[in-house]
Amino acid sequence: MNLLAVEGVVVAAAIGLAAGVGGYTFVYANGASYLTNDPAACANCHVMRDYYAAWLKASHRAAASCNDCHTPPNLVPKYATKAANGFWHSFAFTTGRFPDPLRIKPHNREIADGACRICHQDITEAIDGPHPRGEKLSCVRCHATVGHLQ
Amino acid sequence: MSRRGLIVLTAVIAAVAAGGGVALLVNIVERKQEARNPFYRVVALTDDTDDPATWGKNFPLQYDGYRRTVDQVRTRFGGSEALPRTPTKADPRSIVGQSKLEEDPRLKTMWAGYAFAKDFREDRGHAYMLADQTYTERQIVVKQPGTCLNCHASTYAAYKKLGDGDIVKGFERMNQTPYAEARKLVTHPVACIDCHASDTMQLRVTRPAFIEGIRALKGLQGVKDYDVNSMATRQEMRAYVCGQCHVEYYFKGPEKRLVYPWAKGLRVDEILAYYDEQKFKDWTHADTGAPVLKAQHPEFELWSQGIHARSGVACADCHMPYKREGALKISDHHVRSPLLNVNRACQTCHKWPEDELKARVDTIQQRHFALRNRAMDALVALIADLKAVRAAGKMDAELEKARDFQRKAQFFLDFTEAENSTGFHAPQEAARILGESIDFSRRGQLAVRDPKAR
Repeated sequence: MNLLAVEGVVVAAAIGLAAGVGGYTFVYANGASYLTNDPAACANCHVMRDYYAAWLKASHRAAASCNDCHTPPNLVPKYATKAANGFWHSFAFTTGRFPDPLRIKPHNREIADGACRICHQDITEAIDGPHPRGEKLSCVRCHATVGHLQ
Repeated sequence: MSRRGLIVLTAVIAAVAAGGGVALLVNIVERKQEARNPFYRVVALTDDTDDPATWGKNFPLQYDGYRRTVDQVRTRFGGSEALPRTPTKADPRSIVGQSKLEEDPRLKTMWAGYAFAKDFREDRGHAYMLADQTYTERQIVVKQPGTCLNCHASTYAAYKKLGDGDIVKGFERMNQTPYAEARKLVTHPVACIDCHASDTMQLRVTRPAFIEGIRALKGLQGVKDYDVNSMATRQEMRAYVCGQCHVEYYFKGPEKRLVYPWAKGLRVDEILAYYDEQKFKDWTHADTGAPVLKAQHPEFELWSQGIHARSGVACADCHMPYKREGALKISDHHVRSPLLNVNRACQTCHKWPEDELKARVDTIQQRHFALRNRAMDALVALIADLKAVRAAGKMDAELEKARDFQRKAQFFLDFTEAENSTGFHAPQEAARILGESIDFSRRGQLAVRDPKAR
C-alpha cells in the first residue's frame, strides 16, 4: 500500500466518523420529527413546553397546528422558514442566549398574522379593505389568546 | 492544490465536523437531562420542621430565592435603603431602613399619642421581619402582646406545640402571652412551612385569623362554612397565603385575639363600618381627643378592588413570578417589588417595552402621591383646627362630630398610606379613598366652626 492510499483510508475514516456522529445526533435529537406536521415535535425541546401546553388549551388547537400559523403555506417558503427558524432556535437554545419570556420576531409575527388571513379571509378582507394601503393591521394584537391560552 | 493538501484539508474539515457533532450531541443530552426535572429528597420533612434551611436541602432553587429577600433595593416609592446605625445593647441592628417619620413629619401629627409616632420605618424584605419587630422602638413605648408574632415570625410549629397539636388553641395562647415571652417561642421569620404543606408542598393557610376572616367574608357572599384549605382554588391560594399577613387587622378584646375586620366586606368603608359597630378605637388622639384607628398594610384588600384581582392575577404572579431554571419552571421565592423584575413580573402578560411599563406605573404612583399629599395637608389642617378650639375650651360634646370626621379622614388616608403599592394595586379605588378622605377632613373643619354644619 502506498502512502497516498493510507491517507485515503484515514480521510475516509474521518469522513465516516463525522457522518456517523452527525447521523447519530440527528436520530438521537429526533431530527426527522421536524419534517412532520406534528405539534409535539416543536416541543421536543423543553423550552417550548409551556407554549405547546398553552396551544392545547386554546381555541385553535382543533383547527390549526403549529405549522399552520407559524409557517407560510407554500412548500418552498414553508421549508425555508422551518430551516431558518430551526437553525436560529437551535442556536439560541444550545448557547442559552435568548430572552425569557420568549418574544416572537417581527418576521415571524407577520407570518402568523398572514395565516389568520388565509382561513378567515372573508372577515379579514372586510377589515383590511377600508384601511389605507401599507397600513398593516395585526390580528394577534387583540386576539392574543386564540393560539396560545395563557 | 496538491492532492496531498486536498486530503489534509478534507481530513481537517471532517474532524471539525465530527467535533462539532459530538459537542452538539453532548449539549442535546444535557438539555434532555434538564427536561427530566430531577428531584432529590435528601431530608425527610415533617409537619414540625420549621427551619427553612432544612427544607432548602430538598428545594435548593426555591431556598436560594428565599434567602435573597435580604436585598435592600430602592424603588421610587418603595423598597428600602440600608442605613448604617451604631448597634446598642438594646438594639443590635447595624443596618436599618430609613425612617418614614423623618421623610414626612405630618405622620407624627396623624399618629400623635400612638407608638407609631415614635418609630416607623420603611419595611425591609421578609428576611428582616422578625428582627425589625423585635427591636423597633415601639416595643419600648408600649407593652405589645404575643399576637404581633402572627405575622412577623414562622409561628406554625410554635402554634402547634403551644396548642398541643391544635393551631387555633396555640394561636389563642400566644396572643395572650406578652411579646417578650412569646418571642422566645419562635426562631425564624416567615418560612416554608407557613405557606406549604410539608408532604405535598401544596399551598395552605396556617393563620387562624385568615381562616376566620375569609370565612366571614365568604359568608357575606352566601358561601356557608367556608374552609379555605379545602375550598379555595390553587390560583386563589397564590393570593390567600400572602393575605395571611398583608391585611388590615385589629386585636379584639382583652384576650388580644387577632381579627381581620372583613365581616362587612373588604372595602375601606365596610371595614370602618365594622369598627364603628364594634366601637373599636386604636387610641385616643393626643391633640384632639378623637377616637382614632391605625390602618395596617391592607395590600390584600386594596388589590381585591383592582383590575389585576378582577382578571385573576394573584400576588404571586407579580411578586413571585415564574422563572426558568434549566427546564424547571419555578416561582421566584425572592419576593420583591415587580418593578425590580419587570421582565418576568409584567411582560409575561403585557407585551410592551420595560421602560413603557415602568412609565405607566410611575404615572399612577406619582398621581397617587400628589393626591395623598393633599389629603395629608387636609387632615393636618383639621387636627390643627380641632386642637385650637379644644385649647380654647370648647366642650367635648361640641367636638364629637368633628372628631368623627377626623376618625374617618384619618382611617381612609392611612388605609392607602399603610398600603404598600402607592396606589398601584387599585389606582381608581385608591383615588376614591383619598378623595373621600379630603372631603372628610374639610367637612370636619366646617363642623369645628359650626357643629350643625352638614
